[in-house]
Amino acid sequence: MCGIVGLFLKNVALEPELGRLTADMVRELRDRGPDSAGFAVYGDETSGTTKICTIVRTGRVAWPQIAERLANATNANVSVEEIENHAVIKTEGDGDMARSWLIDNVPEAIVLSQGLSIEIFKGVGDPGIVVERLNLIGRKGSHAIAHTRMATESAITIAGSHPFSTGEDTCLVHNGSLSNHNRLRDLLRRHGERFQTENDSEVAAAYLTWRMREGDSLKAALQQSLQALDGFYTFVVGTREGFAVLRDPIACKPAVLAETDDWVAFGTEFRALATLPGVVNARIWEPEPATVYVWSRE
Amino acid sequence: MAHQPLAAGPAGEPIRNTTLDLAHMSVREVNRLLHAASQGDFLIKNPRGLHAIVAGLDGELNVSIDGHVGYYCAGMNKRASININGNAGTGVAENIMSGLVHVKGDVSQSAGATGCGGLLIIDGNASARCGISMRGLDIVVKGSVGHMSAFMAQAGNLVVLGDAGDALGDSIYEARLYLRGKVKSLGSDCVMKDMREEHKASLRNLLDAAGIGGAVDVSEFRRYGSARSLYNFHISNLGSY
Repeated sequence: MCGIVGLFLKNVALEPELGRLTADMVRELRDRGPDSAGFAVYGDETSGTTKICTIVRTGRVAWPQIAERLANATNANVSVEEIENHAVIKTEGDGDMARSWLIDNVPEAIVLSQGLSIEIFKGVGDPGIVVERLNLIGRKGSHAIAHTRMATESAITIAGSHPFSTGEDTCLVHNGSLSNHNRLRDLLRRHGERFQTENDSEVAAAYLTWRMREGDSLKAALQQSLQALDGFYTFVVGTREGFAVLRDPIACKPAVLAETDDWVAFGTEFRALATLPGVVNARIWEPEPATVYVWSRE
Repeated sequence: MAHQPLAAGPAGEPIRNTTLDLAHMSVREVNRLLHAASQGDFLIKNPRGLHAIVAGLDGELNVSIDGHVGYYCAGMNKRASININGNAGTGVAENIMSGLVHVKGDVSQSAGATGCGGLLIIDGNASARCGISMRGLDIVVKGSVGHMSAFMAQAGNLVVLGDAGDALGDSIYEARLYLRGKVKSLGSDCVMKDMREEHKASLRNLLDAAGIGGAVDVSEFRRYGSARSLYNFHISNLGSY
């Protein structure tokens, strides 16, 4: 099971509506994944500022003190805003360095995302309540990806919730399961990727991060992943500029794409798209197996 | 107003033009109402991709659905005539017994799965596994079908005016496949067969039933079916048992 929705806006006039439209889509797929939910929103950039989203695993974290230590360690201005059990840390310093420092020094928390544009939030429980609680509805931006999870093979935890992000402004959501993730995780560690969970989907995210760090385009990285990844998957991937969809060669996991002049939308099922403006006249199709679909902002 | 109430017309007279609006009724309410009806014309509005719309009908009903439907629409259908003015999700008309299901748009995977009888017409394309394990149903697809279509198909006819994806008719039993376009690859034990006069006549009947008999030339089709080497016991395979 599990449900995925994605919305990539082509018409900037809709950007204030991004969160509300995405939340409506998530609600339609709550029964596909009633255990937990997560979402990534791209937008709200400030030049030269990297945003790092974190979530506390257990207990409490004194974020103002952490921010001060991070500022000293990286020699950069750092601010922090707490939202429920999340903290959004803003730094004018190097984003990769700040992410690594937080993983090493704040074991009570997971770093969910890092980038100029991306913000990721996750919660356990009814997806409808999670998106309400973490104010997806009020968020503006250019594109968003969300996931509702039905845990089948591991516990219902924040660590197992999607989206997964291991590199700057990149995230991935996954419906399916991978069988060669352990060996691939070892390979990616040797290439310098940092992991925070034992989850197979995090490996897929890290694979794309690694390929793009090596200079591949989003499209080329996904093309490569068809060879590198073994298992079942429908992926929806976000980057600062791009939005992509890929299904495995068997295409077991359901997927529907729709496009109008104003937006591109992905839904695990059509009903997730039924509330979008202009969907009546949208071009609607089922993505082909082993075919990379990419959209990009100019 | 939820819907027009079911008028109790004179005995034997079909009830005409009852509109059922899924914006105001649940799928279960709509299905229950249709299960109780033995005849009549119905229009269903606002399907919004919901699942199992008009599943399990059994009656001389004419049902039109305005919009896209979700999974298992018209599943297990008996006798009823169902028009879907939109796309259909996974398993449209799965296990259909008789009657007609006509989809004006595209359909997702496993259309007509395990269908025992009746006719399924798809104006657009069907994705993977169209007609999987079909057991007597006839399917006419005006567009193309995806990979693994007619997988383990036992009986009935699958007619495709467009192309077929990989592994067409894999492990097929006695269903007949008529394809006008190209096939990407044939599945295990599926072979091309002669198109004799009896097959052309049968195909013509199927196209007529789908309302396109006049517009399509049966001589453009090729026939595929089982080589019968997989599901029959063969003495040289003894060691495998």
